[in-house]
Amino acid sequence: MKYTKRIDGRKFDELRAMKAEVGVVKNAVGSARFQIGKTVAIAAVYGPKDLFPKFLQKPQSARLRCNYNMMAFSGSGERVRPGANRRSKEISMVIEKAFEPVLDLSEFPKAVVDVYIELIQTDAGTRCAGICAASLALADAGFDMKDLVCAVSCGLVGDQVVVDLDKPEEDFEGGAVDIPIAMLPRTGEITLLQLDGEISKEDLKKAIEAGKEACKKIYEVQKAALRAKYAQEVVA
Amino acid sequence: MMVSRDYIESVIAKQMRIDGRKFDEYRKIEIEYGVSSKSAEGSARVKIGDTEVVAGVKLELGSPFSDKPGEGSIMVNVELLPLSSPLFESGPPSIDAIELSRVTDRGIRESKAIDFKKLCVREGEKVWLIFIDIYPINAGGNLFDACGLVALAALRDAVFPKLDGDKIDYHVKTKTKVPLTKLPISCTVWKVNNELIVDPCLEEEMASNARLSVVYTEAGEICAMQKGGDSPLTSEEIAQILDLAEIKSQELRRHFK
Repeated sequence: MKYTKRIDGRKFDELRAMKAEVGVVKNAVGSARFQIGKTVAIAAVYGPKDLFPKFLQKPQSARLRCNYNMMAFSGSGERVRPGANRRSKEISMVIEKAFEPVLDLSEFPKAVVDVYIELIQTDAGTRCAGICAASLALADAGFDMKDLVCAVSCGLVGDQVVVDLDKPEEDFEGGAVDIPIAMLPRTGEITLLQLDGEISKEDLKKAIEAGKEACKKIYEVQKAALRAKYAQEVVA
Repeated sequence: MMVSRDYIESVIAKQMRIDGRKFDEYRKIEIEYGVSSKSAEGSARVKIGDTEVVAGVKLELGSPFSDKPGEGSIMVNVELLPLSSPLFESGPPSIDAIELSRVTDRGIRESKAIDFKKLCVREGEKVWLIFIDIYPINAGGNLFDACGLVALAALRDAVFPKLDGDKIDYHVKTKTKVPLTKLPISCTVWKVNNELIVDPCLEEEMASNARLSVVYTEAGEICAMQKGGDSPLTSEEIAQILDLAEIKSQELRRHFK
């Protein structure tokens, strides 16, 4: 089906409005809030701390443990039952993998670093917003990182390649393909890639390229958020 | 910052508090409505100093209890997110989370702030169930009062979704507010080193050995209480707490005007 105009009036390669803030949870070692459109994610980092049971420990480095959770009232329909489910566990795991190439925790062998990601409001793209928030929170915590991680969904709505699908687009009656990606902005490498839907190889390549361009814009928002906190501290 | 219990007690003994407040002084309170207005039927954020909590209201249709066929109900759930404090852990709800949920629930339920009969859709078959889910974002002391305030704020913000026969259309909100007729306000008084204080910061809370939460309606009726902590309270202390909590609850209620 033809998709000639986006439901919310954006250009096909245009992201929703973003807002990022670093240092939003005082108790945490590092924290951040990332909002894209109506999707709002908060991430907080705790650790490094001792990891038990012992067999989970990594001898050369700390283990990164991510925990993705949607608040009970944050879904677009009925109340989400509290607690982990198959979906949240899988998302937590792929988020961990998205950070593995950039995060150097070798200073803390056998320990664990916990990243908690909470969604307050959702309008699609939650795992990507979670990654953007977690990336800022880890940087805020001061761990050695080769790069930030930027994430966005790209894909097809009808016959059109778009970036940053919102919920009405994901549910588009003419069909939609949702491809969440995470990218390391300095090298362009992809650290998370999933796909839901049906798409040709050509369109897939186009979508990923569009997603990578979008990630560069997210990177700028992330850098500005970190500067906003740390530039202030330097002045003070 | 973590300071020792001895230090907290020594400061209290000098009739002072570590952050310079008076014994009966709350930290700055901020209430914001609609923090999840796309998803939830009602939502709010409350900050008390460093403590921040969010709450959302979801409405569902369910069967009534067999002994109350013409009444809907509420369910309050507090989850102590490990995101909000290094002291909280993942897993099933801790006893602290359950206590917070139940005390917050009681304040609303027993004050009859919500007319459950107005939640009836078809007697004996379909009633509205109100779920209030509360999450701390930063746990910095006095979650009891923060949870009480944020639950009320989210309820004040809540409207019914559209009802299409027996199906709820969550994408369409009506203008009908959830029937909240009273504002029961929880005020918790904490005993630290034989002095009574309100709104402890986290360190004061951990140095406390007894607390009493009192929920007052605007008419001055007490509708729920909960004593906590390991130490006993004398009748005189309880009387003092009731007076203090009454004054403070009136003060807190002004944030809803």
